Amino acid sequence: MRYSVALLLGFGLMTSAAAADPPHQGFGRPATPQEIAAADIDVRADGAGLPPGNGSVAQGEALFASTCAACHGERGQKPIIPALRLTGGRGTLATPNAVQTVGSYWPYATTLFDYIRRAMPFPAPQSLSPDQVYAVTAYVLRLNDIVPDGTVLDADSLPKIRMPNRDGFVDSYKPGH
Amino acid sequence: MRRGSIALAAATVATGPARAAETDVPPWMLEQGTPVDELPYGSPSPFEKSVVRRPHETLPFPTSASVLTPLQDLEGIITPNGLHYIRSHAGTPAIDPAQHRLLVHGMVDRPLSFGMDDLARFPSISRLHFLECSGNTSFYKASLIKPNWNVQDTHGLLSCAEWTGVRLADVLAEVGVKPGVKWILAEGADAAAMTRSVPIEKAQDDAILAYAQNGERLRPEQGYPLRLFLPGYEGNINIKWLRRLKLGDQPFETREETSKYTDLLTDGIARQFNFVMEVKSVITRPSPGRGPAQPGFCEVTGLAWSGNGRITRVEVSTDGGAKWGNASLQEPILSKCLTRFRLPWTWNGGPATLKSRATDETGMVQPTRESQLAERGPNFYYHYNAIHTWQIAPGGEVKLAV
Repeated sequence: MRYSVALLLGFGLMTSAAAADPPHQGFGRPATPQEIAAADIDVRADGAGLPPGNGSVAQGEALFASTCAACHGERGQKPIIPALRLTGGRGTLATPNAVQTVGSYWPYATTLFDYIRRAMPFPAPQSLSPDQVYAVTAYVLRLNDIVPDGTVLDADSLPKIRMPNRDGFVDSYKPGH
Repeated sequence: MRRGSIALAAATVATGPARAAETDVPPWMLEQGTPVDELPYGSPSPFEKSVVRRPHETLPFPTSASVLTPLQDLEGIITPNGLHYIRSHAGTPAIDPAQHRLLVHGMVDRPLSFGMDDLARFPSISRLHFLECSGNTSFYKASLIKPNWNVQDTHGLLSCAEWTGVRLADVLAEVGVKPGVKWILAEGADAAAMTRSVPIEKAQDDAILAYAQNGERLRPEQGYPLRLFLPGYEGNINIKWLRRLKLGDQPFETREETSKYTDLLTDGIARQFNFVMEVKSVITRPSPGRGPAQPGFCEVTGLAWSGNGRITRVEVSTDGGAKWGNASLQEPILSKCLTRFRLPWTWNGGPATLKSRATDETGMVQPTRESQLAERGPNFYYHYNAIHTWQIAPGGEVKLAV
C-alpha cells in the first residue's frame, strides 16, 4: 500500500478494508467519469451500453444506399468480398455450404449496433450518430425479415429482438486452458 | 568512399591488382566495404530480398487483410520482427506513445488510466511464444486450397517472438478486481476498435501486456505501443494497440466472437469461445518452391507447437504415413512456443510423401486431415491442426498434397 493516509481517507476506505485489498502501487492515475464515458462505447447482449436516440428502417434505407452499399451491395446483396454478406442464408447452417450472415448466423442484434458504431462505415469509422447507427441496424434487420417495415429501434427495443440463430452456439471455453 | 579513404584506396591500387589477377581473389576482398555507420538500423543482405511477407493474392481491401511469414526461408524458432505475420482489420494506426493510454474500468475498485511510462513501472516479464491466426491452414474446403501453395501460403499465419511487457495480473491487482468478474473486454485503438472478451482465468494466469518484441519496441503492425498477449490463444484475441480493458460478469458478445472466429459444426451448431491453438506441426524443408530435392542425404526439418504446453514428440514419415520415426527436438523446448525438429533422411530419388505428427505434453496428437474433416465438417473454418503432407516427385519437385 503506497497510497497516503489522506488519500485513503479521501476514498473513505476503512483501515481493515484497505488491509484486505491486494497490494497496489499507486501506478497510473484515477480515470475520470468523463474519460470513461468517452471511451466506453461497447454494447452488451442485454443492451447495456446502448446510447439514447432512435432510428427507423426508412432512415436506415437511405443511409445504407449512400454509405454502405458501395461495399456491401445494394440491399446487402453481392458484397465485395471480404465485406460481409449481410443477408440470406437462412436454413443453410446445417448444409455443406452454410452461408453465414447477420440474418442466418448472428446471435444478437446488439452486436450489429456495437460493430457498426465502432468500425463502420469502413472509410470513416465512428462517424455515425447514435440515431444513424440505430437506423442502419434497423434496416439491416429489415433486409433479413427480422423486423417489419416501420420499425423504429432504440435502447429499449433493440435488445428485445430475438435473432433467428440465437440458440445456435455452444460455449466451448474450458477454464484453465 | 568517405572520410580518410583516399589514402586507403591509393594503397589498394599500389598492391592489389597484381595479386588479385594471380589468385582470383573475390572483389569484395579488394576494397573497403560499406561504412559501419551507413545503416543505423540495419537490413538483411540485398541477396535475401525474396525473403519477405506477402498475401495469398491481390487484396481488395489491403487494410483489412493478412500477409504471411516466409517459414520456408527461416531457421530456428524466432521470427525476425520484419517478417512476423500481420492480420489487421483496419490497417496499422500511427500511434504516438506519449499520447497513448490504457483505461481499465468496469467491475474494479479503482478505475485507472495508465500511460506507457506508468506501465513501465510494473515488474517486467519476457516470454518466448508463438502467435498463430486461427484461420491459418484452413484446409476444410478443398476448393479453397491452391495446389501451387508453399509453406508460406499454407502455414504462414504463424510467427514466434520473445514478448516483453508486464503481467496483466499485476495491472488487475492495481485496479482491484471486484467479486463476480468473469470476462474482460479488450479493445484496440485502431480504426476497427477491435474488441474481444477474455476469460478472467486467462487474464490472471499468463496474460501479458506486451510493449516489446524480440528486444525492441513492438512493430507498429504488431500493436505499438501496447498489445495484449495471451499465450497459446488464437491470434485475433491478442488485441493490438490496446487502449481499454473493461471488467464484467459476462462475455461482451462482440462481432469477432460471434459472427467470426466461431466454428460451425455439421449440425448447424457453432462452437464459441474456442481459444486454444492445439498441437500442430509442419515440415518447412523440403517444401515447395525451394528448388528440386537432391537425392542422397536430405535433412527433414520443421516446426511444432501447441497452445496447451510443450511439444514432447514429433514423428516424421517419408512414405505417406506407413512408417514413422522420431525427429530430434532442438532446445529450447518451451511451453506455447515453436519447437524446431529435425530428422536425418536419405532420399533415394523415388516418389516420397512427407508428413509430420506432433504430440504435446497433455498427450494430444495431431489428427489426420480425414479424421479432422470427419469430426468437424466442411463449414468449420478456424483452428485446423491436422497432419500436413508434402509430396516429392521423382525429379525432386516438392508439391502440396491434399
